Amino acid sequence: MKFENQAVRDDGSLGVTRRAVFHTGAALATVTVSSMVHAQAAPAGTSPDAGGAPLAPELPPQRMAITLDINGQARQLTVDTRTTLLDALRENLQLTGTKKGCDHGQCGACTVLIEGRRTNACLTLAVMHDGQAVTTIEGLAQGDQLHPIQTAFLKHDGFQCGYCTPGQICSTAGMLAEVKMGMPSHVTRDLNAPAGPLTDEEIRERMSGNLCRCSAYPNIVAAIKDVSGAAA
Amino acid sequence: MKAFSYERPDTPEAAAMAAARPGARLIAGGTNLLDLMKLQIETPVHLVDINRLGLDRVEATAEGGLRIGTLVRNADLAADARVRKDYGVLSRALLAGASGQLRNKATTGGNLLQRTRCYYFYDTARPCNKREPGTGCAALQGYNRIHAVVGASDQCIATHPSDMAVAMRVLDAQVETVSATGARRVIPIADFHRLPGNTPHIETSLQPGELITAVTLPAPIGGRHVYRKVRDRASYAFAVVSVAAIVDAADGRIRSARMAFGGLAHKPWRVEAAESALIGSTFGDATGAAFQAAADGVLAGARGYGHNDFKIPLVRRTLQAALNEAAAG
Repeated sequence: MKFENQAVRDDGSLGVTRRAVFHTGAALATVTVSSMVHAQAAPAGTSPDAGGAPLAPELPPQRMAITLDINGQARQLTVDTRTTLLDALRENLQLTGTKKGCDHGQCGACTVLIEGRRTNACLTLAVMHDGQAVTTIEGLAQGDQLHPIQTAFLKHDGFQCGYCTPGQICSTAGMLAEVKMGMPSHVTRDLNAPAGPLTDEEIRERMSGNLCRCSAYPNIVAAIKDVSGAAA
Repeated sequence: MKAFSYERPDTPEAAAMAAARPGARLIAGGTNLLDLMKLQIETPVHLVDINRLGLDRVEATAEGGLRIGTLVRNADLAADARVRKDYGVLSRALLAGASGQLRNKATTGGNLLQRTRCYYFYDTARPCNKREPGTGCAALQGYNRIHAVVGASDQCIATHPSDMAVAMRVLDAQVETVSATGARRVIPIADFHRLPGNTPHIETSLQPGELITAVTLPAPIGGRHVYRKVRDRASYAFAVVSVAAIVDAADGRIRSARMAFGGLAHKPWRVEAAESALIGSTFGDATGAAFQAAADGVLAGARGYGHNDFKIPLVRRTLQAALNEAAAG
């Protein structure tokens, strides 16, 4: 244990180098330099890598410069590597439309679109998305003109307290795109038939990752059904 | 979350080498690892992000099967036209798991490596031999409704939570890996996950740093493909019991049957010897002697720990339902 700690400390220059490089914000350079460092480091550690206490000492906070394309705008920021995409949006970029519910990927309040695919922003790191496109609830409307999904939620009163609503709406946008691509769901009867209509059963199954503690589900389903017909 | 350094290598070999460092962890979808890091159940000091290594395609193999890159997302694998047509049990298992958002992020390799949802593994105030070897198992005398009934030990009664892995097991998938030395090997799925024994913290046969590059499927296995999952709510819940079955029949009689089970053990549970009991029996008769012999074979040595006793009869009923579903087409 002591020996292994020492071996990692001998690697200390690595930490300094990486931090210096991270501040350049060049992902390619980061990868190149850290790969070089690791190429020199002998693979150490014989214990199976299966949780429990790490064999290496704790590190001070590590920061890294990244660029995110947020709602069509390039945003540069420097974040602690631990920063989730959700916290980067809310705390670093002040885009508080995306909500933090459970922070463990269970409620869907933090749903955003990453490269067009709906994702729980709480269960991914900002640094993992350097250079990628993120669409949040703030990016759906065109100025004062609401997105059709937003209009449908208003029309059908698809919320009560509203906290889960940004996640519901972003998830709907991603879900409708999945349907358009012909992706099946758990309740799809025939995996090989062309996609059928978006029934209530399909909507409920496909939206099961978005919880609403006010239980506005009937109106959420009605809003989605309405907008899916409009989109078809 | 504890602080960690982060890198994004550009080859699988470099990733494996980086991941072999003490305290390093590979990250792909991260939907399980980051959750555990927030709770400080996993405390890596270095994260090796493999998301941009490629390895995200489904390709035909020379043997007539499919090679699924480790980074193929669960949603994309479930929707792949070849998987839907020839490996329906895999599509169905994937679609029965998690939520739309999680399936968009979770990867093929990562799904195999996800960790148990045992409450006591998650509760750092309680002993857990998997989380902290040698501390004991709080589930044995605790609330063990979701726990194993076969293959468990007095050190650990946790179950493997994956649906996908159960389908991979019934399909006899193979796991392709590369190690820190650049060596490649192929691990049959049957040997990939381990039973807990005295080392419940060692969950797979992977070596430190060894990186899954792909999972391969054999040529299509004919017959009816069924994935039947029993859970506490209709969607977005882990299996209490699940069955992946592929049954081939002619003239109303079963010619071959494969069945693997989720929610029962520390790994996808399959007893090949039990499957042969069904051969020649009437397809659709999930009550007769052949069925009973098959179910007995699957459950050989089964025992409950109190709250999970119900799983043993539930396995029979779920298998019965799966076979009826297969017969009904």
